[in-house]
Amino acid sequence: MKFIVLIVIVLAIIAVAQLTRIYELTSKLRNRNEADVDYRDNKMNANLLLLFGIGMFVSYIWMIARYGAGGNTVAASVEGVDYDWLFAVNLILISAIFFVTNGLLFYFAWKYHARPGAKAFYYPHNAKLELLWTAAPAAVLSVIIILGLIQWSDRTGAAGENATVIELYSKQFDWAVRYSGKDNKLGKFDYKLINTDNPLGLATSSTISLRIDEMRAEIDTLESRINDPEAIYSVASLEEMREKLETKERLYVRLLQLQENHNPEWDAMANDDVVQPANIKLVLKKNQEYDIYFRAQDVIHSAFFPHFRAQINTVPGMVTRMKFTPSITTREMREKMKNDDFSYILLCNKICGASHSNMKLNVEVLDEAEYDAWWAEQVATKTFGNN
Amino acid sequence: MGAVSHDAHAHHEESFVSKYIFSQDHKMISKQFLITAIVMGLIAMILSTLFRIQLGWPEQSSDILHAFLGDRWAPNGILDRNMYLGLVTMHGTIMVFFLLTGGLSGTFSNLLIPLQIGARDMASGFLNMLSYWMFFISSVIMVVSLFVETGPAMAGWTVYPPLSALPQSVPGSGLGMTLWLVSMAIFIASSLLGSLNYIVTILNLRTKGMNMLRLPLTIWAFFVTAILGVLSFPVLLSAALLLIMDRTMGTSFYLSDIIVGGEMLDNTGGSPLLYQHLFWFLGHPEVYIVLLPALGLTSEIISTNARKPIFGYKAMITSLLGIGFLSFIVWAHHMYVTGMSPFLGSLFVFTTLLIAIPSAVKVFNYLTTLWRSTAIYTPQMLFSVALVSTFITGGVTGIILADSALDIAVHDTYFVVAHFHVVMGLSAVFGMFAGVYHWFPKMYGRMMNLRLGYVHFWLTLISGYGVFFPMHFVGIAGAPRRYYDYSVYEGFDANQFNIIMELNVIISIFAIIGLLAQGLFLYNFFYSIYRGPKAVQNPWRANSLEWTTPVEHVHGNWPGPLPVVHRWPYDYSKPGAAEDFIPQTVPLAEGETEEH
Repeated sequence: MKFIVLIVIVLAIIAVAQLTRIYELTSKLRNRNEADVDYRDNKMNANLLLLFGIGMFVSYIWMIARYGAGGNTVAASVEGVDYDWLFAVNLILISAIFFVTNGLLFYFAWKYHARPGAKAFYYPHNAKLELLWTAAPAAVLSVIIILGLIQWSDRTGAAGENATVIELYSKQFDWAVRYSGKDNKLGKFDYKLINTDNPLGLATSSTISLRIDEMRAEIDTLESRINDPEAIYSVASLEEMREKLETKERLYVRLLQLQENHNPEWDAMANDDVVQPANIKLVLKKNQEYDIYFRAQDVIHSAFFPHFRAQINTVPGMVTRMKFTPSITTREMREKMKNDDFSYILLCNKICGASHSNMKLNVEVLDEAEYDAWWAEQVATKTFGNN
Repeated sequence: MGAVSHDAHAHHEESFVSKYIFSQDHKMISKQFLITAIVMGLIAMILSTLFRIQLGWPEQSSDILHAFLGDRWAPNGILDRNMYLGLVTMHGTIMVFFLLTGGLSGTFSNLLIPLQIGARDMASGFLNMLSYWMFFISSVIMVVSLFVETGPAMAGWTVYPPLSALPQSVPGSGLGMTLWLVSMAIFIASSLLGSLNYIVTILNLRTKGMNMLRLPLTIWAFFVTAILGVLSFPVLLSAALLLIMDRTMGTSFYLSDIIVGGEMLDNTGGSPLLYQHLFWFLGHPEVYIVLLPALGLTSEIISTNARKPIFGYKAMITSLLGIGFLSFIVWAHHMYVTGMSPFLGSLFVFTTLLIAIPSAVKVFNYLTTLWRSTAIYTPQMLFSVALVSTFITGGVTGIILADSALDIAVHDTYFVVAHFHVVMGLSAVFGMFAGVYHWFPKMYGRMMNLRLGYVHFWLTLISGYGVFFPMHFVGIAGAPRRYYDYSVYEGFDANQFNIIMELNVIISIFAIIGLLAQGLFLYNFFYSIYRGPKAVQNPWRANSLEWTTPVEHVHGNWPGPLPVVHRWPYDYSKPGAAEDFIPQTVPLAEGETEEH
């Protein structure tokens, strides 16, 4: 098979070479100059340009009909419905510009090709026309800008008083969820507190002191390894261990500072948080507004909810946020789409490493009764302070 | 005025090395840039074809992938996940910087600035030579990075830290990333030397009568491009330097509160957003560094081949300047969803959409130039018309992306990929092809084959649109970019998965056709260098000064005294003239006015 492909390619090259050679020889015979395009070629190319323009328009319309213009699923959040409306308005507008200008381009290119006896119209400028096509786009754009900014300030403004606060925590290559619990406030956190028992690094008096002890123990172990009279290390590995030790000592000092600055009254905020470990799922309540905060552990990720038309990057060292109100339950959506396997999804949408394309979290939207039942179970089993 | 002293010994014998290798002659340097760029462009295109094979037919063993990537990166013909990211990253880097910045600007600024303004050479031939050789070295380093054990840079062409700073997060952020940074630092130095030279030459070495409002639009475009480069590339250099420090010296410019690969780092206080601001402060002007030369080339070509003056010459210059200025205050439109202040976002919505105005002016002026013209469809004219089309098509989708509220759900999806490939990739490549077909007789003294040019054009146009038009719909369907495959969709929406895959297969097929079509160009190009029919002095019957030089290159460009300019370069089909073109060297006839 490979051999046949190879032969075909070689033959194709030979054919092209021969054809050009023949073409050149005939040009020479007819005393033809390569710079001169003959009228027949010119007409053919003009016709092809027109044909191409028409083909492009037809394929655009066909693709809109086949693949849809506003995403393939209906928006499943209140904000998403507004988004789809604005997207449609813009798409209609730009499609109109696309058709008119590309249409004129291919029409002119076809109509005004050189032919015997034709002479071009010497027309270097016209101030009025130029003013017109500066002003017209400016007018259209101001409409686009105003509509866009109104929605942008809605999307990025503060959430309502009744919004539920939750947190999503990203790392290579999964998502964990923290619900804020009864007080609707997320507890404090610090990345230095992260260990297997405290995967999101929540800060309470007890997690801080436990972590200080742990770090002390790590430092002691490492020191004794370095100073072990019987062990033999290469220079490089000894250097590496010393660097690690220095890092740990710095972190240790900062943990002590953290302890000093920690107010025990903050503990309650963290202790009622419900922590859902990575890779389970995010559960939301229909028609409940959510104020969502994001963190990242290692590199930048992006929290992309295609069905809710929402996205924000998650950045190490920084908290980012978004808000939205899911408006269709998963069950309703499945019925709508006639697809029992459908699920809402949270995808990572910022290049983050080898498994970037698998970094996801299933999202389920429940109605109030279902949600309350689910929530009671979570509070019973996953409240941070109880574990 | 080093260039003038060439006068005295314009015809001295040169050794092979000083003529072909360490040449200080702008025409030779321009050819060196072009050939290097063609090689780099071909490499980048092959890389893209490799990952298109993966995207179109994931999980299928491919002999082609195995042949190119071997057991290390494509065991059993299945592409390695890390290498997929490496391919994407290197494709973007090479295309943007090496083909479309170094290649496009380097080739045509070098060739045309002295020839079209009537100068013997660049202001500094030595700096010009240095600029090329630094470009060459950086190209070599970039290509070499494809072959290191841990792979090339894998953090996307924007190389955002922390991913690019931490080898623990992705293997390509080890030696591959170091080479990337070294290569880019040298590239930036090359670009700066080139740009300074272009600016100085245009300002100081114009021949008698060539005032700024008689310059061809090509020169105006190169001029604005060079200014953008001089002002923005140093910022990228500083971004790269800080990144190098974070990688090697333990600083925390971009790093904060990180645990990676099970290891807790002690970096604190840095911000990844700082890098993004610095990067895009170059990154956005860079888009216009790529695009403006292409627009300049096609302005010239459309006017010449339409046999009609470019419409609104002064408006074209004003819009170039407008785009150039605005390009510096729009960078954060790449950052609407990065966690940057939303208020800042709204300012950038405003400035970004403003850029649509000068762009629209350019499009309408092109359309009016074509109106009642007598267009001659040489391959360069076809590519120029295609550029106007892709500039429109890619431009209008920019309106959606510039609108922060709409960017939210299409940011980093294939909609973005489609948008910038059409507006900047296709447009700039079409402009570059147009330039090569048009100025090939000037560069090599021979003609390229017309019919092969036609076939090449039509295959390139159809496959170019065939790749990037359907890609918008992949994006609207919500498919994120830089995904190794879309199998994740099977888990939550099989219907969506089928749509994405159907489109991906179509796109990949067009990508392969597009690559093969370039074989025609390569054949035509290299064959014509040696065997093409000899060119006449002014084959396209054009007005600008380069066509008054002899076909055989001479050192100093004009064997006699420098030409004197009497008119603008766009007097085509002027009423009352005997011919349908009047070269710039022809004095105004009695009673004739210069109006533009």
